[in-house]
Amino acid sequence: MAHKSRMHAGESRRSAVFVLPMALLAVTLVALPLIYVLGTSLVETGQSFSFGAAFTLDNYRRLLRADYLLVFWESLKLAFLTTLLSFVIGYPFAYCMARAGKRWKSLLMMLVIIPFWTSALVRIYGWKILLQANGPINAVLRGLGLIEKNIKFLGSYGSVLLAMVYCMISFMILPCHSSIDKLDVTLVEAARDLGSKPWRAFLDVTLPLTMPGILAGCVLVFVPSVGIFYLADIMGGGLVLVGNLIRDQLLKVRDWNTGSAMSMVLIFITAGIYLLYRRSGGDDLGVF
Amino acid sequence: MTGKKKRRLFSPIYLTLVLIVLYLPILMVVIYSFNSGRTIGAWQGFTTGWYTRLFGNTLMADALKNSLILALLSAGLAGVIGTLGAIGLAHGHMRGSGFIESLATLPMMIPELVLGMAYLALFTAVGVKLGMGALIATHTTFCVPYVFINVKSRLVGMDPAIEEAARDLGASPMRVLRDITLPLIMPSVISGMMLAVAMSLDDVVISFFVTSAETTTLPLKVYTGLRSGGTPEINALSTLMLVAIFTCVAVSQLLTARSKANLDSSR
Repeated sequence: MAHKSRMHAGESRRSAVFVLPMALLAVTLVALPLIYVLGTSLVETGQSFSFGAAFTLDNYRRLLRADYLLVFWESLKLAFLTTLLSFVIGYPFAYCMARAGKRWKSLLMMLVIIPFWTSALVRIYGWKILLQANGPINAVLRGLGLIEKNIKFLGSYGSVLLAMVYCMISFMILPCHSSIDKLDVTLVEAARDLGSKPWRAFLDVTLPLTMPGILAGCVLVFVPSVGIFYLADIMGGGLVLVGNLIRDQLLKVRDWNTGSAMSMVLIFITAGIYLLYRRSGGDDLGVF
Repeated sequence: MTGKKKRRLFSPIYLTLVLIVLYLPILMVVIYSFNSGRTIGAWQGFTTGWYTRLFGNTLMADALKNSLILALLSAGLAGVIGTLGAIGLAHGHMRGSGFIESLATLPMMIPELVLGMAYLALFTAVGVKLGMGALIATHTTFCVPYVFINVKSRLVGMDPAIEEAARDLGASPMRVLRDITLPLIMPSVISGMMLAVAMSLDDVVISFFVTSAETTTLPLKVYTGLRSGGTPEINALSTLMLVAIFTCVAVSQLLTARSKANLDSSR
Protein backbone atom coordinates (compact mmCIF):
# COMPACT_ATOMS: atom_id res chain seq x y z
CA MET A 1 0.00 0.00 0.00
CA ALA A 2 2.71 2.40 1.04
CA HIS A 3 4.70 1.34 -1.95
CA LYS A 4 1.80 1.99 -4.25
CA SER A 5 1.11 5.48 -2.96
CA ARG A 6 4.78 6.34 -3.23
CA MET A 7 4.72 5.19 -6.82
CA HIS A 8 1.72 7.40 -7.44
CA ALA A 9 3.41 10.40 -5.95
CA GLY A 10 6.44 9.71 -8.15
CA GLU A 11 4.27 9.33 -11.17
CA SER A 12 2.37 12.55 -10.66
CA ARG A 13 5.66 14.35 -10.09
CA ARG A 14 6.84 12.91 -13.39
CA SER A 15 3.64 14.07 -15.07
CA ALA A 16 4.21 17.55 -13.71
CA VAL A 17 7.76 17.63 -15.06
CA PHE A 18 6.54 16.48 -18.47
CA VAL A 19 3.81 19.10 -18.64
CA LEU A 20 6.09 21.90 -17.46
CA PRO A 21 7.54 22.99 -20.83
CA MET A 22 4.09 23.13 -22.43
CA ALA A 23 2.65 24.97 -19.44
CA LEU A 24 5.48 27.52 -19.54
CA LEU A 25 4.99 28.06 -23.26
CA ALA A 26 1.23 28.41 -22.85
CA VAL A 27 1.62 30.98 -20.09
CA THR A 28 4.37 33.09 -21.68
CA LEU A 29 3.29 32.94 -25.32
CA VAL A 30 -0.48 32.50 -25.13
CA ALA A 31 -1.79 33.93 -21.86
CA LEU A 32 0.69 36.77 -21.43
CA PRO A 33 0.31 38.32 -24.92
CA LEU A 34 -3.48 38.17 -24.68
CA ILE A 35 -3.47 39.73 -21.22
CA TYR A 36 -1.20 42.43 -22.57
CA VAL A 37 -3.65 43.19 -25.39
CA LEU A 38 -6.50 43.32 -22.89
CA GLY A 39 -4.45 45.71 -20.76
CA THR A 40 -3.53 47.91 -23.72
CA SER A 41 -7.18 48.14 -24.71
CA LEU A 42 -8.00 49.46 -21.24
CA VAL A 43 -5.53 52.34 -20.94
CA GLU A 44 -5.69 55.75 -22.57
CA THR A 45 -4.61 56.23 -26.17
CA GLY A 46 -0.88 56.53 -26.60
CA GLN A 47 -0.07 54.91 -23.27
CA SER A 48 1.34 51.45 -22.85
CA PHE A 49 -0.07 49.06 -20.35
CA SER A 50 1.23 48.92 -16.81
CA PHE A 51 -0.48 47.98 -13.60
CA GLY A 52 -0.32 51.49 -12.23
CA ALA A 53 -2.04 53.00 -15.27
CA ALA A 54 -5.50 54.49 -15.05
CA PHE A 55 -8.03 52.25 -16.72
CA THR A 56 -10.65 53.55 -19.10
CA LEU A 57 -13.25 52.20 -21.51
CA ASP A 58 -12.67 55.04 -23.99
CA ASN A 59 -11.07 52.78 -26.59
CA TYR A 60 -14.18 50.63 -26.64
CA ARG A 61 -16.48 53.62 -26.69
CA ARG A 62 -14.59 54.90 -29.72
CA LEU A 63 -15.52 51.73 -31.60
CA LEU A 64 -19.15 52.77 -31.60
CA ARG A 65 -18.54 55.02 -34.59
CA ALA A 66 -20.89 54.28 -37.47
CA ASP A 67 -18.13 53.40 -39.95
CA TYR A 68 -16.45 50.95 -37.54
CA LEU A 69 -19.76 49.33 -36.73
CA LEU A 70 -20.40 48.97 -40.44
CA VAL A 71 -17.07 47.14 -40.86
CA PHE A 72 -17.94 44.74 -38.02
CA TRP A 73 -21.37 44.24 -39.59
CA GLU A 74 -19.79 43.52 -43.01
CA SER A 75 -17.41 40.98 -41.48
CA LEU A 76 -20.19 39.19 -39.64
CA LYS A 77 -22.36 39.21 -42.77
CA LEU A 78 -19.57 37.76 -44.91
CA ALA A 79 -18.85 35.11 -42.26
CA PHE A 80 -22.54 34.24 -42.10
CA LEU A 81 -22.90 33.92 -45.88
CA THR A 82 -19.71 31.85 -46.00
CA THR A 83 -21.07 29.50 -43.36
CA LEU A 84 -24.45 29.19 -45.10
CA LEU A 85 -22.94 28.44 -48.51
CA SER A 86 -20.39 26.03 -47.02
CA PHE A 87 -23.29 24.13 -45.48
CA VAL A 88 -25.41 24.12 -48.64
CA ILE A 89 -22.51 22.81 -50.75
CA GLY A 90 -20.61 20.86 -48.10
CA TYR A 91 -23.40 18.86 -46.46
CA PRO A 92 -24.50 17.03 -49.63
CA PHE A 93 -20.84 16.35 -50.35
CA ALA A 94 -20.33 14.88 -46.88
CA TYR A 95 -23.52 12.86 -47.33
CA CYS A 96 -22.42 11.39 -50.65
CA MET A 97 -18.99 10.72 -49.18
CA ALA A 98 -20.43 8.83 -46.20
CA ARG A 99 -22.63 6.74 -48.50
CA ALA A 100 -19.79 5.96 -50.93
CA GLY A 101 -18.26 2.48 -50.98
CA LYS A 102 -15.68 1.56 -48.39
CA ARG A 103 -12.90 1.54 -50.94
CA TRP A 104 -13.72 5.04 -52.11
CA LYS A 105 -14.28 6.52 -48.70
CA SER A 106 -10.65 6.67 -47.54
CA LEU A 107 -9.52 8.04 -50.89
CA LEU A 108 -12.21 10.75 -50.80
CA MET A 109 -11.26 11.57 -47.23
CA MET A 110 -7.63 12.02 -48.24
CA LEU A 111 -8.63 14.17 -51.23
CA VAL A 112 -10.64 16.47 -48.97
CA ILE A 113 -8.03 16.67 -46.21
CA ILE A 114 -5.00 17.51 -48.35
CA PRO A 115 -6.24 20.89 -49.61
CA PHE A 116 -7.58 21.56 -46.10
CA TRP A 117 -4.00 21.68 -44.83
CA THR A 118 -2.61 23.44 -47.89
CA SER A 119 -1.72 27.10 -47.99
CA ALA A 120 -4.89 29.19 -48.20
CA LEU A 121 -2.76 31.88 -49.78
CA VAL A 122 -1.70 29.70 -52.70
CA ARG A 123 -5.23 28.39 -53.21
CA ILE A 124 -6.68 31.89 -53.36
CA TYR A 125 -3.97 32.78 -55.84
CA GLY A 126 -5.30 29.94 -58.01
CA TRP A 127 -8.72 31.61 -58.08
CA LYS A 128 -7.14 34.88 -58.97
CA ILE A 129 -5.54 33.26 -62.01
CA LEU A 130 -8.80 31.51 -62.96
CA LEU A 131 -10.93 34.63 -62.62
CA GLN A 132 -8.63 37.28 -64.08
CA ALA A 133 -9.85 39.24 -67.10
CA ASN A 134 -7.78 37.29 -69.65
CA GLY A 135 -7.83 34.08 -67.62
CA PRO A 136 -9.16 30.58 -68.31
CA ILE A 137 -12.77 31.08 -67.18
CA ASN A 138 -13.29 34.11 -69.40
CA ALA A 139 -11.59 32.26 -72.27
CA VAL A 140 -13.94 29.28 -71.86
CA LEU A 141 -17.03 31.46 -71.64
CA ARG A 142 -15.92 33.36 -74.73
CA GLY A 143 -15.14 30.13 -76.55
CA LEU A 144 -18.64 28.87 -75.83
CA GLY A 145 -20.04 32.10 -77.21
CA LEU A 146 -21.73 32.91 -73.93
CA ILE A 147 -20.10 36.31 -73.55
CA GLU A 148 -18.58 38.80 -75.94
CA LYS A 149 -16.52 40.93 -73.60
CA ASN A 150 -14.43 39.58 -70.74
CA ILE A 151 -16.21 39.78 -67.41
CA LYS A 152 -14.42 41.48 -64.55
CA PHE A 153 -14.90 38.90 -61.80
CA LEU A 154 -12.05 39.94 -59.54
CA GLY A 155 -12.86 42.40 -56.83
CA SER A 156 -16.58 41.67 -56.88
CA TYR A 157 -18.31 40.62 -53.68
CA GLY A 158 -19.07 37.29 -55.32
CA SER A 159 -15.38 36.60 -55.92
CA VAL A 160 -14.51 37.29 -52.29
CA LEU A 161 -17.37 35.07 -51.10
CA LEU A 162 -16.30 32.34 -53.50
CA ALA A 163 -12.72 32.40 -52.19
CA MET A 164 -13.99 32.39 -48.60
CA VAL A 165 -16.25 29.36 -49.14
CA TYR A 166 -13.44 27.66 -51.01
CA CYS A 167 -11.02 28.15 -48.12
CA MET A 168 -13.46 27.15 -45.39
CA ILE A 169 -15.57 24.36 -46.86
CA SER A 170 -13.39 21.50 -45.55
CA PHE A 171 -14.14 22.68 -42.01
CA MET A 172 -17.81 21.98 -42.80
CA ILE A 173 -17.37 18.75 -44.74
CA LEU A 174 -15.22 16.93 -42.17
CA PRO A 175 -17.45 17.23 -39.06
CA CYS A 176 -20.63 16.72 -41.12
CA HIS A 177 -19.11 13.60 -42.63
CA SER A 178 -18.23 12.07 -39.29
CA SER A 179 -21.79 12.74 -38.04
CA ILE A 180 -23.43 11.26 -41.14
CA ASP A 181 -21.04 8.33 -41.07
CA LYS A 182 -22.09 7.49 -37.52
CA LEU A 183 -25.81 7.75 -38.36
CA ASP A 184 -27.66 4.46 -37.99
CA VAL A 185 -29.10 3.83 -41.46
CA THR A 186 -31.80 1.53 -40.08
CA LEU A 187 -33.45 4.58 -38.47
CA VAL A 188 -33.89 6.21 -41.87
CA GLU A 189 -35.07 2.90 -43.31
CA ALA A 190 -37.60 2.55 -40.50
CA ALA A 191 -39.01 5.98 -41.31
CA ARG A 192 -39.23 5.03 -44.98
CA ASP A 193 -40.90 1.69 -44.13
CA LEU A 194 -43.48 3.54 -42.08
CA GLY A 195 -44.37 5.50 -45.19
CA SER A 196 -42.27 8.67 -44.97
CA LYS A 197 -41.37 10.32 -48.24
CA PRO A 198 -37.57 10.49 -48.76
CA TRP A 199 -37.32 14.23 -48.04
CA ARG A 200 -39.59 13.85 -45.00
CA ALA A 201 -37.32 11.10 -43.64
CA PHE A 202 -34.37 13.33 -44.32
CA LEU A 203 -35.85 16.33 -42.52
CA ASP A 204 -37.25 14.34 -39.57
CA VAL A 205 -34.51 11.78 -39.04
CA THR A 206 -31.23 12.44 -40.85
CA LEU A 207 -30.98 16.17 -40.32
CA PRO A 208 -31.73 16.24 -36.56
CA LEU A 209 -29.46 13.26 -35.90
CA THR A 210 -26.54 14.83 -37.74
CA MET A 211 -27.07 18.23 -36.09
CA PRO A 212 -23.95 17.89 -33.88
CA GLY A 213 -21.77 17.68 -36.99
CA ILE A 214 -23.57 20.57 -38.64
CA LEU A 215 -23.19 22.78 -35.56
CA ALA A 216 -19.51 21.92 -35.21
CA GLY A 217 -19.01 22.69 -38.89
CA CYS A 218 -20.77 26.04 -38.57
CA VAL A 219 -18.58 27.09 -35.64
CA LEU A 220 -15.41 25.91 -37.38
CA VAL A 221 -16.30 27.90 -40.50
CA PHE A 222 -17.76 30.99 -38.88
CA VAL A 223 -15.02 31.73 -36.35
CA PRO A 224 -12.01 31.92 -38.68
CA SER A 225 -14.16 33.69 -41.29
CA VAL A 226 -14.76 36.65 -38.99
CA GLY A 227 -11.06 37.26 -38.43
CA ILE A 228 -9.69 36.61 -41.90
CA PHE A 229 -7.83 39.58 -43.31
CA TYR A 230 -5.67 38.90 -46.32
CA LEU A 231 -8.21 37.14 -48.49
CA ALA A 232 -10.22 40.23 -49.40
CA ASP A 233 -6.92 42.06 -49.98
CA ILE A 234 -5.76 39.56 -52.54
CA MET A 235 -9.07 39.22 -54.36
CA GLY A 236 -9.20 43.00 -54.64
CA GLY A 237 -12.26 45.21 -54.61
CA GLY A 238 -11.43 47.08 -51.45
CA LEU A 239 -13.81 45.27 -49.12
CA VAL A 240 -12.77 46.36 -45.62
CA LEU A 241 -13.16 43.71 -42.92
CA VAL A 242 -12.37 43.72 -39.20
CA GLY A 243 -9.00 42.17 -39.97
CA ASN A 244 -8.03 44.99 -42.31
CA LEU A 245 -9.27 47.53 -39.81
CA ILE A 246 -7.13 46.08 -37.01
CA ARG A 247 -4.06 45.81 -39.22
CA ASP A 248 -4.42 49.43 -40.33
CA GLN A 249 -4.92 50.63 -36.74
CA LEU A 250 -1.61 49.01 -35.83
CA LEU A 251 0.57 49.64 -38.84
CA LYS A 252 -0.83 52.81 -40.41
CA VAL A 253 -2.60 54.81 -37.70
CA ARG A 254 -0.31 53.32 -35.02
CA ASP A 255 -3.08 53.52 -32.47
CA TRP A 256 -2.38 50.38 -30.51
CA ASN A 257 -5.03 51.02 -27.90
CA THR A 258 -7.92 51.21 -30.35
CA GLY A 259 -6.44 48.28 -32.30
CA SER A 260 -6.29 46.25 -29.09
CA ALA A 261 -9.88 47.11 -28.27
CA MET A 262 -10.91 45.90 -31.74
CA SER A 263 -8.98 42.67 -31.21
CA MET A 264 -10.67 42.16 -27.87
CA VAL A 265 -14.08 42.59 -29.48
CA LEU A 266 -13.08 39.94 -32.02
CA ILE A 267 -12.05 37.62 -29.16
CA PHE A 268 -15.33 38.31 -27.34
CA ILE A 269 -17.29 37.43 -30.49
CA THR A 270 -15.29 34.22 -30.89
CA ALA A 271 -15.64 33.28 -27.23
CA GLY A 272 -19.37 34.08 -27.33
CA ILE A 273 -19.88 31.73 -30.26
CA TYR A 274 -17.96 28.94 -28.51
CA LEU A 275 -19.96 29.45 -25.33
CA LEU A 276 -23.27 29.35 -27.21
CA TYR A 277 -22.07 26.25 -29.00
CA ARG A 278 -21.05 24.43 -25.80
CA ARG A 279 -24.27 25.57 -24.08
CA SER A 280 -26.32 24.03 -26.87
CA GLY A 281 -24.64 20.72 -26.09
CA GLY A 282 -21.90 20.88 -28.73
CA ASP A 283 -19.04 18.39 -28.60
CA ASP A 284 -15.46 19.25 -27.94
CA LEU A 285 -14.05 20.72 -31.14
CA GLY A 286 -11.06 18.55 -31.89
CA VAL A 287 -9.97 19.41 -35.38
CA PHE A 288 -9.29 15.82 -36.33
CA MET B 1 -36.31 2.30 -57.28
CA THR B 2 -35.92 5.20 -59.64
CA GLY B 3 -35.07 7.41 -56.70
CA LYS B 4 -32.25 5.13 -55.71
CA LYS B 5 -30.98 4.99 -59.26
CA LYS B 6 -31.05 8.76 -59.46
CA ARG B 7 -29.03 9.00 -56.29
CA ARG B 8 -26.54 6.46 -57.52
CA LEU B 9 -25.94 8.74 -60.47
CA PHE B 10 -26.09 12.02 -58.60
CA SER B 11 -23.58 11.06 -55.92
CA PRO B 12 -20.46 10.37 -58.06
CA ILE B 13 -21.21 13.34 -60.29
CA TYR B 14 -21.55 15.71 -57.35
CA LEU B 15 -18.45 14.34 -55.60
CA THR B 16 -16.37 14.67 -58.76
CA LEU B 17 -17.65 18.16 -59.47
CA VAL B 18 -16.79 19.50 -56.03
CA LEU B 19 -13.40 17.81 -56.06
CA ILE B 20 -12.62 19.37 -59.44
CA VAL B 21 -13.49 22.80 -58.08
CA LEU B 22 -11.37 22.02 -54.99
CA TYR B 23 -8.28 21.12 -57.02
CA LEU B 24 -8.62 23.32 -60.12
CA PRO B 25 -7.18 26.48 -58.53
CA ILE B 26 -4.23 24.55 -57.10
CA LEU B 27 -3.61 23.07 -60.52
CA MET B 28 -3.76 26.54 -62.08
CA VAL B 29 -0.97 27.82 -59.85
CA VAL B 30 1.20 24.89 -60.90
CA ILE B 31 0.37 25.19 -64.62
CA TYR B 32 0.99 28.93 -64.72
CA SER B 33 4.40 28.51 -63.13
CA PHE B 34 5.42 27.13 -66.54
CA ASN B 35 3.94 30.05 -68.48
CA SER B 36 6.56 31.85 -70.52
CA GLY B 37 4.69 35.18 -70.33
CA ARG B 38 6.09 37.80 -68.00
CA THR B 39 2.79 38.28 -66.14
CA ILE B 40 0.26 35.74 -64.93
CA GLY B 41 -2.06 36.87 -67.77
CA ALA B 42 -2.79 34.81 -70.86
CA TRP B 43 -0.96 31.57 -71.58
CA GLN B 44 2.03 32.16 -73.86
CA GLY B 45 3.92 28.91 -74.02
CA PHE B 46 5.85 26.48 -71.87
CA THR B 47 9.06 27.26 -70.00
CA THR B 48 10.90 26.06 -66.92
CA GLY B 49 12.79 29.33 -66.87
CA TRP B 50 11.04 30.67 -63.75
CA TYR B 51 12.40 27.80 -61.69
CA THR B 52 15.96 28.40 -62.89
CA ARG B 53 15.53 32.07 -62.13
CA LEU B 54 14.15 31.24 -58.71
CA PHE B 55 17.16 29.14 -57.81
CA GLY B 56 19.51 31.83 -59.08
CA ASN B 57 17.85 34.47 -56.90
CA THR B 58 19.75 34.84 -53.63
CA LEU B 59 16.85 36.61 -51.90
CA MET B 60 14.64 33.65 -52.69
CA ALA B 61 17.32 31.20 -51.58
CA ASP B 62 17.50 33.08 -48.28
CA ALA B 63 13.73 32.96 -47.85
CA LEU B 64 13.76 29.24 -48.61
CA LYS B 65 16.53 28.63 -46.12
CA ASN B 66 14.73 30.67 -43.44
CA SER B 67 11.45 28.86 -44.01
CA LEU B 68 13.05 25.43 -43.81
CA ILE B 69 15.04 26.21 -40.67
CA LEU B 70 11.97 27.75 -39.09
CA ALA B 71 9.65 24.86 -40.00
CA LEU B 72 12.05 22.13 -38.91
CA LEU B 73 13.07 23.78 -35.65
CA SER B 74 9.58 24.77 -34.57
CA ALA B 75 8.09 21.41 -35.55
CA GLY B 76 10.92 19.66 -33.70
CA LEU B 77 10.45 21.75 -30.56
CA ALA B 78 6.68 21.40 -30.78
CA GLY B 79 7.15 17.64 -31.19
CA VAL B 80 9.08 17.37 -27.94
CA ILE B 81 6.97 19.84 -25.94
CA GLY B 82 3.63 18.57 -27.25
CA THR B 83 4.47 14.89 -26.78
CA LEU B 84 5.73 15.40 -23.23
CA GLY B 85 2.64 17.46 -22.47
CA ALA B 86 0.34 14.79 -23.87
CA ILE B 87 2.03 12.02 -21.85
CA GLY B 88 1.85 14.15 -18.73
CA LEU B 89 -1.79 15.07 -19.19
CA ALA B 90 -3.20 11.83 -20.65
CA HIS B 91 -3.52 9.80 -17.47
CA GLY B 92 -2.65 12.12 -14.65
CA HIS B 93 -5.42 13.85 -12.78
CA MET B 94 -3.35 16.86 -11.99
CA ARG B 95 -4.94 19.99 -10.66
CA GLY B 96 -5.23 22.62 -13.37
CA SER B 97 -4.60 20.15 -16.18
CA GLY B 98 -7.79 21.19 -17.98
CA PHE B 99 -6.69 24.81 -17.79
CA ILE B 100 -3.22 24.09 -19.19
CA GLU B 101 -4.74 22.05 -21.99
CA SER B 102 -7.18 24.78 -22.99
CA LEU B 103 -4.49 27.42 -22.84
CA ALA B 104 -2.02 25.38 -24.92
CA THR B 105 -4.61 24.63 -27.62
CA LEU B 106 -6.06 28.14 -27.63
CA PRO B 107 -3.89 29.26 -30.61
CA MET B 108 -6.01 26.96 -32.80
CA MET B 109 -9.19 28.75 -31.79
CA ILE B 110 -8.50 32.47 -31.75
CA PRO B 111 -8.00 34.48 -34.93
CA GLU B 112 -4.36 34.44 -36.05
CA LEU B 113 -4.45 38.17 -36.52
CA VAL B 114 -5.18 38.74 -32.83
CA LEU B 115 -2.36 36.46 -31.78
CA GLY B 116 0.02 38.08 -34.25
CA MET B 117 -0.68 41.60 -33.02
CA ALA B 118 -0.48 40.43 -29.42
CA TYR B 119 3.01 39.08 -30.07
CA LEU B 120 4.15 42.26 -31.74
CA ALA B 121 2.76 44.37 -28.88
CA LEU B 122 4.29 42.22 -26.15
CA PHE B 123 7.66 41.76 -27.85
CA THR B 124 8.00 45.48 -28.47
CA ALA B 125 7.06 46.27 -24.88
CA VAL B 126 9.40 43.73 -23.31
CA GLY B 127 12.21 44.40 -25.77
CA VAL B 128 12.37 41.03 -27.48
CA LYS B 129 14.21 41.35 -30.78
CA LEU B 130 12.02 40.57 -33.79
CA GLY B 131 13.37 38.10 -36.31
CA MET B 132 14.32 34.45 -36.35
CA GLY B 133 14.20 33.91 -32.59
CA ALA B 134 10.74 35.44 -32.31
CA LEU B 135 9.59 33.46 -35.35
CA ILE B 136 10.75 30.16 -33.85
CA ALA B 137 9.14 30.88 -30.48
CA THR B 138 5.78 31.86 -31.96
CA HIS B 139 5.70 29.09 -34.56
CA THR B 140 6.50 26.54 -31.86
CA THR B 141 3.57 27.90 -29.86
CA PHE B 142 1.02 27.47 -32.64
CA CYS B 143 2.51 24.09 -33.68
CA VAL B 144 2.24 22.51 -30.22
CA PRO B 145 -1.56 21.92 -30.39
CA TYR B 146 -1.24 19.81 -33.56
CA VAL B 147 1.23 17.44 -31.91
CA PHE B 148 -0.49 17.53 -28.53
CA ILE B 149 -3.99 16.69 -29.77
CA ASN B 150 -2.73 13.98 -32.10
CA VAL B 151 -0.61 12.24 -29.45
CA LYS B 152 -3.12 12.65 -26.66
CA SER B 153 -5.95 11.07 -28.62
CA ARG B 154 -3.65 8.14 -29.38
CA LEU B 155 -2.68 7.77 -25.70
CA VAL B 156 -6.31 7.90 -24.57
CA GLY B 157 -7.25 5.24 -27.12
CA MET B 158 -4.42 2.95 -26.03
CA ASP B 159 -5.08 -0.15 -23.94
CA PRO B 160 -3.70 0.64 -20.45
CA ALA B 161 -3.11 -3.08 -19.90
CA ILE B 162 -0.04 -2.94 -22.16
CA GLU B 163 1.78 -0.46 -19.90
CA GLU B 164 0.53 -2.22 -16.78
CA ALA B 165 1.85 -5.56 -18.02
CA ALA B 166 5.30 -4.06 -18.53
CA ARG B 167 5.20 -2.52 -15.05
CA ASP B 168 4.05 -5.77 -13.45
CA LEU B 169 6.99 -7.51 -15.09
CA GLY B 170 9.23 -5.10 -13.21
CA ALA B 171 10.04 -2.41 -15.75
CA SER B 172 10.86 0.98 -14.26
CA PRO B 173 8.60 3.91 -15.26
CA MET B 174 11.34 5.29 -17.50
CA ARG B 175 11.79 1.92 -19.13
CA VAL B 176 8.05 1.60 -19.75
CA LEU B 177 8.07 5.02 -21.33
CA ARG B 178 11.04 4.29 -23.55
CA ASP B 179 10.26 0.72 -24.58
CA ILE B 180 6.46 0.64 -24.59
CA THR B 181 4.78 4.04 -24.67
CA LEU B 182 7.07 5.93 -27.04
CA PRO B 183 7.17 3.29 -29.80
CA LEU B 184 3.37 2.99 -29.62
CA ILE B 185 2.74 6.72 -29.95
CA MET B 186 5.56 7.39 -32.43
CA PRO B 187 3.32 7.38 -35.54
CA SER B 188 1.09 10.02 -33.93
CA VAL B 189 4.09 12.09 -32.90
CA ILE B 190 5.44 12.08 -36.44
CA SER B 191 2.05 12.70 -37.98
CA GLY B 192 1.52 15.66 -35.65
CA MET B 193 4.97 17.02 -36.45
CA MET B 194 4.30 16.72 -40.19
CA LEU B 195 1.17 18.83 -39.75
CA ALA B 196 3.24 21.26 -37.73
CA VAL B 197 5.77 21.56 -40.56
CA ALA B 198 2.91 22.17 -42.99
CA MET B 199 1.40 24.83 -40.72
CA SER B 200 4.71 26.60 -40.24
CA LEU B 201 5.55 26.53 -43.96
CA ASP B 202 2.10 28.01 -44.54
CA ASP B 203 1.92 30.79 -42.00
CA VAL B 204 1.58 34.35 -43.20
CA VAL B 205 -0.24 36.25 -40.51
CA ILE B 206 1.86 35.56 -37.42
CA SER B 207 5.15 35.70 -39.35
CA PHE B 208 4.02 39.03 -40.81
CA PHE B 209 3.97 40.55 -37.33
CA VAL B 210 7.05 39.06 -35.67
CA THR B 211 9.56 39.04 -38.49
CA SER B 212 12.26 41.63 -39.08
CA ALA B 213 13.31 43.24 -42.35
CA GLU B 214 16.25 40.84 -42.66
CA THR B 215 14.37 37.59 -42.23
CA THR B 216 11.64 36.91 -44.75
CA THR B 217 10.01 33.54 -45.25
CA LEU B 218 8.55 31.95 -48.37
CA PRO B 219 4.87 32.60 -47.57
CA LEU B 220 5.68 36.24 -46.81
CA LYS B 221 7.39 36.52 -50.19
CA VAL B 222 4.31 35.00 -51.81
CA TYR B 223 2.04 37.36 -49.90
CA THR B 224 3.91 40.52 -50.89
CA GLY B 225 4.21 39.21 -54.45
CA LEU B 226 0.47 38.61 -54.61
CA ARG B 227 -0.53 41.98 -53.26
CA SER B 228 1.31 43.54 -56.16
CA GLY B 229 -0.46 41.27 -58.64
CA GLY B 230 1.59 38.09 -58.86
CA THR B 231 4.27 36.93 -61.29
CA PRO B 232 5.17 33.51 -62.74
CA GLU B 233 8.12 33.51 -60.35
CA ILE B 234 5.65 33.64 -57.45
CA ASN B 235 3.84 30.72 -59.09
CA ALA B 236 7.05 28.73 -59.20
CA LEU B 237 7.67 29.54 -55.54
CA SER B 238 4.09 28.58 -54.62
CA THR B 239 4.46 25.32 -56.51
CA LEU B 240 7.56 24.39 -54.53
CA MET B 241 5.69 25.22 -51.32
CA LEU B 242 2.75 23.12 -52.45
CA VAL B 243 4.98 20.11 -53.12
CA ALA B 244 6.54 20.39 -49.66
CA ILE B 245 3.21 20.80 -47.89
CA PHE B 246 1.46 18.05 -49.90
CA THR B 247 4.25 15.64 -49.01
CA CYS B 248 4.07 16.43 -45.30
CA VAL B 249 0.28 16.13 -45.15
CA ALA B 250 0.20 12.94 -47.20
CA VAL B 251 2.81 11.30 -44.96
CA SER B 252 0.89 12.43 -41.88
CA GLN B 253 -2.39 11.05 -43.23
CA LEU B 254 -0.85 7.70 -44.16
CA LEU B 255 0.72 7.36 -40.71
CA THR B 256 -2.59 8.19 -39.00
CA ALA B 257 -4.49 5.75 -41.19
CA ARG B 258 -1.99 3.00 -40.50
CA SER B 259 -1.89 3.53 -36.75
CA LYS B 260 -5.70 3.53 -36.69
CA ALA B 261 -5.71 0.23 -38.57
CA ASN B 262 -3.17 -1.20 -36.10
CA LEU B 263 -5.27 -0.06 -33.19
CA ASP B 264 -8.39 -1.66 -34.66
CA SER B 265 -6.66 -4.95 -35.37
CA SER B 266 -5.15 -5.11 -31.88
CA ARG B 267 -8.62 -4.98 -30.38
